[in-house]
Amino acid sequence: MNINMTIIGQIIAMIVFVAFCMKYIWPPIITALDERRAKIAEGLAATDEAAKALELANVEAASITDKARGQASEIIEAGNQRGVQILSTAKDDAVAERERQVTAADAEIQQSANHAREALRQSVATLAILGAEKLIKKEIDPKTHEQLLEKLIAEI
Amino acid sequence: MASENGTLTSGEYIRHHLTNLTYGQNPDGSWSFAENAEQAAAMGFWAIHVDTMFWSFFLGAIFCWVFRRVAKKAEAGVPSRGVAAIEFIVEFVDTSVRETFHGTSKLIAPLALTLFVWILLMNTMDLIPVDIIPSLAMLVGIEFQKVVPTTDINATLGMALAVFILIIFFSIKIKGVGGFMGELTGQPFAAEKLHWKIIFAPINLMLELVGLIAKPLSLGLRLFGNLYAGELIFILIAMLGLAQLPLHFGWAVFHLLIVLLQAYIFMMLTIVYLSMAHEKH
Repeated sequence: MNINMTIIGQIIAMIVFVAFCMKYIWPPIITALDERRAKIAEGLAATDEAAKALELANVEAASITDKARGQASEIIEAGNQRGVQILSTAKDDAVAERERQVTAADAEIQQSANHAREALRQSVATLAILGAEKLIKKEIDPKTHEQLLEKLIAEI
Repeated sequence: MASENGTLTSGEYIRHHLTNLTYGQNPDGSWSFAENAEQAAAMGFWAIHVDTMFWSFFLGAIFCWVFRRVAKKAEAGVPSRGVAAIEFIVEFVDTSVRETFHGTSKLIAPLALTLFVWILLMNTMDLIPVDIIPSLAMLVGIEFQKVVPTTDINATLGMALAVFILIIFFSIKIKGVGGFMGELTGQPFAAEKLHWKIIFAPINLMLELVGLIAKPLSLGLRLFGNLYAGELIFILIAMLGLAQLPLHFGWAVFHLLIVLLQAYIFMMLTIVYLSMAHEKH
């Protein structure tokens, strides 16, 4: 247990190691640790922000979906209405067309009947004149009685 | 331990284990290795414990090498396990320093780290079975070998003295010579009037000097005492024959605590003393 120069040797050793640590060990490790701490803090903050953004996006997505759903139902509604409208228009058109055709057919029928009647009347008149001519050839002068005959035709 | 000259008495065995490998100047002026404890004692101050210096330098170099490797690899990314383990120690020391020392100093944190790891490594040498390294040394012809530097009072007092020099240096740097002297003479007995101040000054100085000198002494002797006693008990256990095995294990487990605790205490007290030196009253 002698106190001797070892004490000085130990002080020198300590100075050497502390100096080495101060220069080459402590600063890089502490810098790295601080940087990592900052990085982790950044990462956590970014996570928080991302979570918030996600929440906002979810809300926005929900509102967009709602809006789209509303629009879709509006469109369907309008489509339905349009369909009904088209249907009723078509029905009206059809009714009108039918009426027009019926009217036209009626008119045609009428016209044909008139024609037939006219023709019949002519034939009857001719026949009547021929018959009368044969019966009363001598006494009846066609020229004096033509007027009378036409009056007769018109009455048939 | 068995030596070439037959069996040793237990007293000789213990004595052999507690003698450093000493190289120094003999009283007749020649330089040589001491062949026994008496010759080593006769060398006085001009001698050096080669084993203490070798092991403390060796362990300090291991500290520097391991931590330097990590310092080179350290980056802000994800650390590997080894790097993380070393960074854990650094962070632990850094927290200890921040909690105790509130000033700014580029020296104190690296100093605390160096002291903690270095002393821890030196103390851990105590867990190597006491006969292994001395026996190997003897095979290559080295008579004495004390492998735990912290069981050498020169090593612990050397470190304590370095801390003491730093205490004085920072006290004067922060407070100035006048402020430091005022601290030494102005308390614990404080007075308003000048003549009382003058009367109290020498009393205060004596009390404060005792306190000041007690710091490095207690720092060095505490570490030395704990480790020396631990080593001594390891040596005593080693003489018990087969019964030493469970005892050795038990004491080693207990000693693990002392190894770690003493390194921590030395570091913390260094920080506390230096932060006291930084404080103005």
